[in-house]
This record gives sequence, C-alpha cells and structure tokens, in this order.
Amino acid sequence: MLRLTSPIRTSSTLSAALTTKRSVHFAGYGGRTEVTLIPGDGIGNAAAQSVKSIFKAQNVPVDFDEIHVTGLGKSQEPPKEYFEAIKSLKRTKVGLKGIIYTPVTAHGHPSFNVQLRKDLDVFAAVSLYRSLPGVNTRHKDVDFVIVRENTEGEYSGLETRPVPGVVESLKITSESVVERLARFAYDFAKANGLGSVTAVHKANIMKKGDGLFKNTIARVGEELYPEISSNSVIVDNCAMQVVSNSQQYKVLVTPNLYGNILSNIGAGLVGGPGVVPGVSIGREYAVFEPGCRHVGLSLTDKGTANPTATILSSVMMLRHIGLDRDAEAIARAVYTTLAEQKVATPDIGGTSTTVEFTNEVIRKLETVQ
Amino acid sequence: MRGIGAQFRNIVRRYSIASYTGKQNANGKFTVPIIEGDGIGPEISAAVKKIFGAANAPIEWVPVDVTPSIVDGVQVFPKRTVDLINEHKVALKGPLATPIGKGHVSLNLTLRRTFNLFANVRPCKSIEGYNTAYSGVNTVLIRENTEGEYSGIEHAISPGVIQSIKLITAKASERVCEYAFNYANEIGKKKVLVVHKASVMKLGDGLFVSSAEKIAKKFPNIELCYELIDNTCLKMVQDPSYYEDFVMVMPNLYGDIMSDLCSGLIGGLGLTPSGNMGIDVSIFEAVHGSAPDIAGKNMANPTALLLSSVMMLRYMNLPEYADKIEKAVLETLASGKDNITKDLKGNATTEKFTSEVISRL
Repeated sequence: MLRLTSPIRTSSTLSAALTTKRSVHFAGYGGRTEVTLIPGDGIGNAAAQSVKSIFKAQNVPVDFDEIHVTGLGKSQEPPKEYFEAIKSLKRTKVGLKGIIYTPVTAHGHPSFNVQLRKDLDVFAAVSLYRSLPGVNTRHKDVDFVIVRENTEGEYSGLETRPVPGVVESLKITSESVVERLARFAYDFAKANGLGSVTAVHKANIMKKGDGLFKNTIARVGEELYPEISSNSVIVDNCAMQVVSNSQQYKVLVTPNLYGNILSNIGAGLVGGPGVVPGVSIGREYAVFEPGCRHVGLSLTDKGTANPTATILSSVMMLRHIGLDRDAEAIARAVYTTLAEQKVATPDIGGTSTTVEFTNEVIRKLETVQ
Repeated sequence: MRGIGAQFRNIVRRYSIASYTGKQNANGKFTVPIIEGDGIGPEISAAVKKIFGAANAPIEWVPVDVTPSIVDGVQVFPKRTVDLINEHKVALKGPLATPIGKGHVSLNLTLRRTFNLFANVRPCKSIEGYNTAYSGVNTVLIRENTEGEYSGIEHAISPGVIQSIKLITAKASERVCEYAFNYANEIGKKKVLVVHKASVMKLGDGLFVSSAEKIAKKFPNIELCYELIDNTCLKMVQDPSYYEDFVMVMPNLYGDIMSDLCSGLIGGLGLTPSGNMGIDVSIFEAVHGSAPDIAGKNMANPTALLLSSVMMLRYMNLPEYADKIEKAVLETLASGKDNITKDLKGNATTEKFTSEVISRL
C-alpha cells in the first residue's frame, strides 16, 4: 500500500512513498496536523523560521510542536529537551528537524542525531540530489537518490581499546536491517518510477559484512521486485563515477558510512548542503531533515543561511501527510525563486539574506500558479 | 661493525622512513624488478621500457612473476620475485586481475603484506589536453594501507549479524602520518590535512587524529589541519583547488574512496600514478584495471604506468630523468587527438602514443 506521488509533483521533492497510510494516525484535529519541529543548532533556527513563515503565508494546516534540542552543552547525556522531542515525535509520528551539533573530540558527547534515529528506529535516510535551475554548478542534469542505512554499520558506536594504542571499532551489518532497507529502497524506486537500484559496498574487502549487504539487496530485488533492475558498485568506484557520470544511477542504496560520504559528494555536485532535502524514515515515524547533514555552526545567526534544504524537506513532509496541494505550491515557489537568480543566498552565489529569500518565496506563492 | 651499521641505519630510518636505499650495479645502472601484469599490462610495460630506453634512464628492468602459490594456507609469491624486490628495494607494477568474490585474497593485498607497504601515495593533477568538469586540480593524498577497515577481521556474531572490525593502532597511524609530514617537506607543501570521522568513531578515528598530533610536534614548520570526511568530500567536488596547499592523510577506507574520487575529477584511473611505500621497499603501480577486453589490440593507454614510473624515478633520486619523461608525457597528452589513445577520446594506438612521447624527450 504505497502512496503514489501526485502527478503534478516536481521531482526534486519526490514523495518519500512511505508508510501505509492506514497504519499511521497523524496527530491533530479539525483537519490540522501536528508536527514536531526540532530546529537544531547552527542554521537550524533560521531555516525553521523560514519554513514557519512560508507555511503561515500558504495557510498550511500544520501546527508545530517546537522543541529546541541542542548539542552545544558539555554533558555526555542528551539534554532533557531531547526526551521531550522523542515523546512528541512518538505522538505526532512526523517531525521536521535541523541538525544537532556533535563535537569532534574523543571526549565529546556522541551524536544526538544518531541517537534520535536509533531511538525512533528511522532506519532509512533518503536524500535527493538534483540539479536545480538557477543554481550554477559544474555538473548538469544530476538526478539521483541515496537511500542510506541509518541505524547501524560504522555508526554502531561500539568501540573497544583492548590495549593502549589499539582501537577496534565495530561495524555491524545485520540481515534483517538490510532487508527492510532493501524493501524500502525498491518500494521507493517503484513508487517514483525510478527503474534501477544500485547497492554500494566494499564486499571485495569486507567479504562477510558488506557481502551480506550486497547479497541481501540483490536477493530482495530478485525475489520481490523483478521489474526493477538491481546492480551493485564498489564504493570507491562509485565515488569516482558520481563525479564524472552520475547519470548512470537512479537509486543508490548504501550502508551508513558510505551513505554519509556519497551524500556529501552528491551535495557538492548540486550546490551544497543548503539545497539537498531528505528524510529519515522508519515503519512508524518519519523525521524530515536536510539530506546532507551539515550543522552550519559558523553560520549561526549570520542571517545568510540557505533555507532551501529545510523548505524542500518540509515539502516532502507535506506530501507525506497528504497535503500535496500545499507541497506543490511551495515547491514551485522555491524553484521559481531559485531559477530567477535575483534573490539567492551566498552559498549559491547570491548576496541575499535568509529572510529576503523567504520573503521572495512567499511573494512567489501569491504570484506563481 | 655490524652493530654500528644497524644503529646508524636506524637513525637514518627514523628521520626519513620509506627512502630509497638501492645500489647501482656494475654498469652504473639501477635494477628495477617489473611486474608487467595481466591484460594490457605487457603492452603498457613495453611502452614504459621503450620510453625509458630512449630517455637513457639508468634503469635495468628485470621482469618478475607474481603467480601466487599457497604455502601453509597463506598466499605467497615466488621466492625469486620476493628476493629480487627485497634486494633492489623497488618495483614497478602493471595491473593485475583479481578474481572477484571467489575467496581469493587480492594480489595487491598480498603484495602490501609481503613487503609491508604501509602508505599509498596518490597525487592527482589535471591533465592538459583532457578536459573534465574540473581544471587546476592538484591534490596529494596519502592513505594508510595496512589496517583500518581492511583488517579482514569479521565474524558472524549470530546468524545474519556480521561484525566487521576496523582496527586502528597508534603505531601504524604514527608511521603513516610521519610519512605524510616527510612527504610534505619533500614536495614543499606547508600543511598536512588529517581527514577523519572522529565525530562518530571517537576512539578509532580519534586515535588516528591524536597520532597525527604527536607526530606534528616533530615538524614545527608544517601546519597540522583537520577535517571531517564529510567536509572534504563536499569541498573536493565543489572546489578542489582549495586542497592544493595540503598533503592529505587518512585511514584506509577514506583514502581508498577519496583517492578514486580525486582521480574521477581529472578523468579517471588511467591518468593517475600511485606509489605504495614501505619501510624498505616501495612499489609503484598503475591502479587501473587490466582491461582484458582491449588487451593485445594496441589500444591501451600507458599514461598511468608512465606517471607512476616518473614517481619511482623521483623516489630513486633521479629527478632529471623524471622531469624529462614527465614533461614529454604531458606534452604528448596536450598535443591533440591524433596523439592520445581512445580512452581519452583520441585516436592514437599505444605505439603511436609511445613514439610521440619519445619524439618529445
């Protein structure tokens, strides 16, 4: 029971084609839907504000339960707002989220983003890479999707130090996790008319772990999705192909770390993390967040953040909760604004502020039909 | 006497690991074992030999065979090959075909283990005459080559659940970082960039980072910088010129991916040289495949092996020959479609390309 995308959709915000509509009851009443909003650190507040303004202008029937979770504190444990956010998400089933800061040092706290994805078991991260009109890049006609395993792999967080000067980091690959990821990836490809799924792996070296990943993706494709072509590519070759000929790929399905690497390469092709929308999705919950997860700490409160990734993620979210008309209107307004190149943020070569960009999108909501 | 010699050697080694210690033979030439490889290997090796001959480079080639055998369950190379390479401290290697997914250890991996090749050096420079979406790329990447994700330690902890171990040791991390700093000194770069993912692998990648910090104290003239692999990937495809000032150094898997990514920026593996550096022995190789489909058809592009052999000459302290050959190769590549091979959208044969290089020496 997959929900197909609306025929008028603009494919940069492919419907995540996700959960069965029957099984998920969204929160809210009176025809309005409640959504958990976690702005995050860095550019998060500015981007969230932009979405709120646009939703208000469009009269989108969505109410936000806004909770500020920050990773800037010193504690190893998540702040109490984190648990509020989880509670809220368990109620609403849908979230719009920015990125929470993670320190790089060995003593810093672990990533609360990763913990949230694990706590909610949102096992698949979908991110969309598509050349946008008006955003000038070296590469033209980029259009592919990464479906990244989101809960285990190199991000297991299991590390041991058997003797000083030696560290073992465990990468966990389990068949059940890969299998549901595979089913999701094929479902996504099917629902959005993308005819091929490519498994990214390093099975020539990690013969068991990545071998299991590769073989499971192939087996699910063969058994359940004969109409979708299934192939595989070694991760280093994939990185090279993506920067020279990305058009050969439709849906890349990857273990956690390779997904992280390829999502950054992909973002580089289409104009940076500011324009890549995404979602982390599981059986029950869907957390819409920028596809290329950069916190943008240096841009905090500078007023120049590009809210496009968050706006387009919110558009994906609107499709998810069945508000296709609003989704389409907002997507169209964003694309028109970008294509005109009159109002653009510095990351894509403009000089405008976040607020100016947002206001231009709102103006387009009224004028572009 | 011997004791003093060994002690002296240790001091030298401590300050410049992976430096060439081969000796000239009676004719005043250096002997270099060459592994011609499979597929197009023999053709491109022939091209290299011909060009070296024409350039009067003081190199005597000895072809060696790397057909492996299994001894006590371990894949080993013929004794003569191992002895020759150990004796002459250096080798040049064409592409080897590794059967995929049949449980074989790849020959490349066996080579790395046999000769303790701990660092892989991959410079990438835009080639004039072959246009890609990028111009002015000039990166140097050094990859840890012995452990990390490639430790090969994997278990099924319960049915359907695999645990793969990424092994990071201070010893190997310090060794590769020290090599990177030395290399930066040698080629005149002022910064070393450690690429890592210590935000997630706090202990493992954290150890790599702290090893680099420790080594950096010995090199006060070189700045140590850090970057998350996320940012490196992103910036590398947006504006690779940023990385011109750096020597990048990173754990095994990241190095594998990033080095191929950099190659992709300038036109693929057919244009990029590679050196595998060990404590005593270093092996320079073309990292592209053996292309069995065009083998023997006089179509192969010897550029990668040529540029690798140029790296080898520099390593052997023969820079004048290195410069001469490199200049001729680059000029040939820039000289138009008639002189370059089909993979670069030209229409020259391997032989034609080779003679064009020779005419420019």
